[in-house]
Amino acid sequence: MKGLRYFLWGLVALAAGLFGLFAYQLTQPKDEFVESAMIGQPIPAFDLRPALESQPGLSSADLADGQPKLVNIFASWCVPCRAEAPQLETLRDSGAEIVGIAIRDRPEDVAAFLQVYGNPFTRVGADDISEVQLSLGSSGVPETFVVDGNGVITYQHIGDIRPEHVPGILARLREAGA
Amino acid sequence: MIAEFGLVALWLAAALAGLQLVAGFFGMREGGEQVAALARPAALVQALLCGLSFLALIYLFATTDLSVKLVAANSHSAKPMIFKLAGTWGNHEGSMLLWITVMALAGGLIAALERRLPERTMLATLGAQGFLALGFYAFILFTSNPFERLPLPPVEGNGLNPLLQDIGQAFHPPNLYVGYVGLSVAFSFVVGALLTRQVTPEFARVMRPWVLGAWVFLTIGITAGSYWAYYELGWGGWWFWDPVENAALMPWLAATALLHSVSVLAARDALRAWTVMLGVVAFSMSMVGTFLVRSGILTSVHAFAVDPERGSFILMLLALYIGGALVLFATRAGTVAEGERFSILSREGALVVNNVALSAILGIVLLGTLYPLLTEAFDVRVSVGPPYFNPVAAIFFLPMLVVLAIGPLLRWRGDSFARIRIPVIILAAIAVVTLLAVWLLADIDLLPLLGLALAAMVAVGSVLPLRGRSLRRLPIAVWGMVIAHLGVAVALFGMAADTAFQQERLVAASVGDVIEDGPWQVELRSVKPVAGPNWTAIEADLGLTYKGAPAGEAKPQARSFWSPPTETSEVALVTRWNGQLYAALGNQAEDGRWQLRLWWKPFVTWIWYGGLLIALGGVLSIIGRVSGDLRRRVAARKIADRKADEEALAAGAGA
Repeated sequence: MKGLRYFLWGLVALAAGLFGLFAYQLTQPKDEFVESAMIGQPIPAFDLRPALESQPGLSSADLADGQPKLVNIFASWCVPCRAEAPQLETLRDSGAEIVGIAIRDRPEDVAAFLQVYGNPFTRVGADDISEVQLSLGSSGVPETFVVDGNGVITYQHIGDIRPEHVPGILARLREAGA
Repeated sequence: MIAEFGLVALWLAAALAGLQLVAGFFGMREGGEQVAALARPAALVQALLCGLSFLALIYLFATTDLSVKLVAANSHSAKPMIFKLAGTWGNHEGSMLLWITVMALAGGLIAALERRLPERTMLATLGAQGFLALGFYAFILFTSNPFERLPLPPVEGNGLNPLLQDIGQAFHPPNLYVGYVGLSVAFSFVVGALLTRQVTPEFARVMRPWVLGAWVFLTIGITAGSYWAYYELGWGGWWFWDPVENAALMPWLAATALLHSVSVLAARDALRAWTVMLGVVAFSMSMVGTFLVRSGILTSVHAFAVDPERGSFILMLLALYIGGALVLFATRAGTVAEGERFSILSREGALVVNNVALSAILGIVLLGTLYPLLTEAFDVRVSVGPPYFNPVAAIFFLPMLVVLAIGPLLRWRGDSFARIRIPVIILAAIAVVTLLAVWLLADIDLLPLLGLALAAMVAVGSVLPLRGRSLRRLPIAVWGMVIAHLGVAVALFGMAADTAFQQERLVAASVGDVIEDGPWQVELRSVKPVAGPNWTAIEADLGLTYKGAPAGEAKPQARSFWSPPTETSEVALVTRWNGQLYAALGNQAEDGRWQLRLWWKPFVTWIWYGGLLIALGGVLSIIGRVSGDLRRRVAARKIADRKADEEALAAGAGA
């Protein structure tokens, strides 16, 4: 019987430890998403052809011109990208410079998409095989990266940008030196 | 009006839970007879009020009353009626109300019907049940009020997550809650028995139908949940060791051990400490699971609204109930004496192995689920997946299957190896022959290979208890055991066969292309848009040929819901007796070809057939046990009547 009693008190201690861990973790801020391992790293070298006839394409050199930028990964076939379009306009109107990477898309579809939902981009590169997307550590569309003036990735936003995210992203952009 | 009515009913039900707590715990003391009389009526009225409150919420969803915040946030007037109703519990607040409603109904049921235990134990049990319910009422009323109004009703609701707009999903959560609540009733019985020091075979018999019932619902819940993830998530897997899946698996493991343990206690007055401990652990695991899912402390594919305040509240309840029960058990350990003794080679011995193995697997799953949380406290982010769970759980699962095949052949108390030598040799031979045959014929991994061999052994072992017995006179509960164990073999066969032999093709296909996948030939005939009530989709039309013969068609879709905007993959499944063809449509590449994912999954459906067989075994077991209990009660009453008659006769003769 003594063995059982020790075992049970051990179990009580274990449960207490577990509850302690739970309580500690509850008070910690929670990051929902799997972060890109590229945060804090310089952007990998790439050179994308223009996705539109009217605008230049995008290369890694354009991202290290001293000016912090938002890099928005989108596609014309992506429904959440439509939902976040107004927020991108807001960001641009607040002074953010936004460049786009269109994933697995056709020029005429991209043009039609930007015509309907607005074009907040200064440059749009076409990533036909998700090569640049994957090298940035992005796994889905849409995603948005903050890149500082030296071409170093400082922040990643996964999923569509909702109105409540806009101030946070602007703050990240300011931290990056805008 | 209806919303306010529901809220008032809920508050009153909470007050009655408080009354039930006081009446139960004070009534069991000496001199408490007066308050004791209130315990059962309090439980009954509480069940009624809570049920009304839930009906009020269903009504609000059915009529899409957008002035109620929960309806506006989770429903939509354009949604089909069945999903409006399902929307009642497809969200955090509503699901908690459903939970407490089921709990109140269960409490009412015990209060109305259960008369076998000593009244003090019953009062303690009802008191514990009131205590549990009170915590959940407080949780709902203070953190998750489902009846909250909006100052300005919106014009239209916010829809239901389309991933959850699915008929199976509509009934999945209620099913799991019934399971959890059954475990909470078992927990209350355990607390009642501990408080009054009455851990007896009678207590086990009273608790058993609740444990069996909970276990049946959890089994169905896990089986259905696994199938849901399989066809809805579009990844072709049937178990991901996702935290939410584990949260449902852990109480199931504990309940499985508990139901075996409770049977030993009922039949043999042994394993008392095991039964009490598993009763506490099973309910703890359902609470821990709920906490993990609702607090958002772990990341999962099954999104629930996340709120740290709710997490803290559940954690408080968890610490109060589980901590309290464990401390109570530890201080009463001496009174839960060992019970009857038995030798290692006996039915009891085999069931102890079963308990140990299931508890070990439970520990492994718990550790794997919480490990990321533990390392995160030290700023290391890890993710624990199949490479850990599969082999480590197998270390205990595979030996347990061997015992499962042999255990039912053993006698209670003690047995000799000589008596069961022949069946054991036969079983071993079956396992070895299957192992060698599959190993020679196919090049597959170790785990599925062992799985196939053990499936064959368990399948034969599970029906061996029928040997030499009259099938017509066999008790229903024994049929239950045989069918449930057979179900384990069937499910195991499905898992091993699918893991070992599935064939996957991921292609970019143009219209007119023919793709081969295993015995199938799949022709992409066309791709066209289709529209539903609240979605649009791109649908592929696939013409199928199985081993050269036409075998119908499959139409996988990539669906876009517009409220809220979400894309889902509606896979097309073509089921044969020996497996399933699984087709999912992906995006269009820029050259106009379509991404198409095809799997031929041999015998994959047997996993879920097995799960259903296991649940059926549980149902038969309940029927057998409950009818046995009723017969015993009728017999006892007859004996009592005859005794009374005889006494009356004797008194008459004396006069």
